[in-house]
Amino acid sequence: MGPDVELKTVHDKPATDASVPALELAAVSYAYGRRQALDNISFSIAPGRFAVLLGLNGAGKTTLFSLISHLFATRNGRIHVFGNDIDRRSGEALRRLGIVFQARTLDLDLTIHQNLAYHASLHGIGSRETDRRIHELMQSIDMSDRLHEKARSLSGGQIRRVEIIRALLHQPSLLLLDEATVGLDIKSRATILADIRRLVTEKSISVLWATHLIDEVSHADQIIVLNQGKLVANGTTQDVIKDTGADTMNEAFSRLTGIISLNAGGRL
Amino acid sequence: MTDIPGNISIRSSGHNRFGPVQYLVCLKGILVREGLRYLHQRERFISSLVRPLLWLFIFAAGFRQVLGVSIIPPYQTYVLYEVYITPGLCGMILLFSGMQSSLSMVYDREMGNMRTLLVSPFPRWFLLMSKLLAGVAVSIVQVYAFLFIAWFWGVKAPASGYILTLPALFIAGMMLGALGMLLSSMIKQLENFAGIMNFVIFPMYFASSALYPLWRVQEASPLLYKICLLNPFTYAVELVRFAFYGKIEWISLAVVCGFTLVFIAGAIIAYDPSRGLVIKKQEGGNN
Repeated sequence: MGPDVELKTVHDKPATDASVPALELAAVSYAYGRRQALDNISFSIAPGRFAVLLGLNGAGKTTLFSLISHLFATRNGRIHVFGNDIDRRSGEALRRLGIVFQARTLDLDLTIHQNLAYHASLHGIGSRETDRRIHELMQSIDMSDRLHEKARSLSGGQIRRVEIIRALLHQPSLLLLDEATVGLDIKSRATILADIRRLVTEKSISVLWATHLIDEVSHADQIIVLNQGKLVANGTTQDVIKDTGADTMNEAFSRLTGIISLNAGGRL
Repeated sequence: MTDIPGNISIRSSGHNRFGPVQYLVCLKGILVREGLRYLHQRERFISSLVRPLLWLFIFAAGFRQVLGVSIIPPYQTYVLYEVYITPGLCGMILLFSGMQSSLSMVYDREMGNMRTLLVSPFPRWFLLMSKLLAGVAVSIVQVYAFLFIAWFWGVKAPASGYILTLPALFIAGMMLGALGMLLSSMIKQLENFAGIMNFVIFPMYFASSALYPLWRVQEASPLLYKICLLNPFTYAVELVRFAFYGKIEWISLAVVCGFTLVFIAGAIIAYDPSRGLVIKKQEGGNN
């Protein structure tokens, strides 16, 4: 969709239709003063898809996440979450979003259960239902025995896994993960990716996974590449490789972002 | 690049809005979290008591003979200086607690915890009000702990005063908490909080009727007297002082309620993503 295409006004109505995009951005721009962080970004993610938002540090990924999660107001363009305009119907849109932020957001002085229960209350979930969901989700990642430990006692990877569980607690339809594996070792990263892949399949939810690690795109149904605030690619891995005339995703990404080469691990 | 479809039909789903029960669940969750954080920070509780107790035990004892207090409303007889400054010390607890909440909001913002609150689907004004209420509840507990110790020191109000002062403490706490919330939206980094101490807390406290009656201030400095009259903290202290004796000081009540509304409105605007600068300040360089 070109940036000049206007969204239909029916988008301001909530949606259940499976054909409605889980996330839709139309001509979204954002600037910090004179510095343009995002420039005319348009893309959509279909329900149930695992999309990866790929970009170097400073590409605009976190700004984009801040707009989608309504921490910033969208001044230029429109963002819809399952048909709900994030600015006009922010409550409906946020209810359908699960978010894992780049920064750690667990309260380290509280127990894991207290952290999760707090999040559930922020979504209006009663205590009995909260306990049931916490137990079920923590069991799914084999951490139910750690529920009453302080978050401070967890490793970085475990904190991330609990944050993912927390983001799923209110049963969102779209999960946003901003650099969820940054700073973690290979094993933790693999565990988290496996967790997400499994949970997403089980619960049929859409995912937007922001990363700067090329090796994480192998799980993706859709790749969206940002470079210096501009959308430079959007499609399946095969589409992106083909469109750039490259042989591999590494090479395609290098061409799209102007990088000469990547190291063996795919780190930028 | 793969295009996306531009013409999409969307049906109304009839999502249920949150009902009163969900709002109460959310409020309770925020109150519980603030309470738990408070319990985990024992130093905060102790320091919140030590500060006014030092004033009561040492400052008031030392200045009892120097600072005479005439019979002024709501008192019907001469009172000890300790009795006079007790409402001011209650105000001091509320003031420091309000600023402490502000500090904790700046800390939460720096640590990222604030985002979990702000991305809740509940209206942002409700989330901020809940956080404010939670902070006020914690500060009122501190005030009563102080009054309990002061009682053993011989500083006693009429028994009913301890109950009647609760609404006054609540309103004054709301005003000072809302001020702290508004200030937290203006503070870019935790380090800048020291400035709040110097430019807000101390001037508000000293340029008020907390430590000495306004007629004495007027005698000493007419200018300072006018400043005290412009200081909302003066009215918070007087509201509490009169409430201890079962009286309502209407002007103080009106001023405190007015400032509470102004500060709350300011905080809600400051935390509104379309108008406020709270998150932008923090993330301006991080995209």
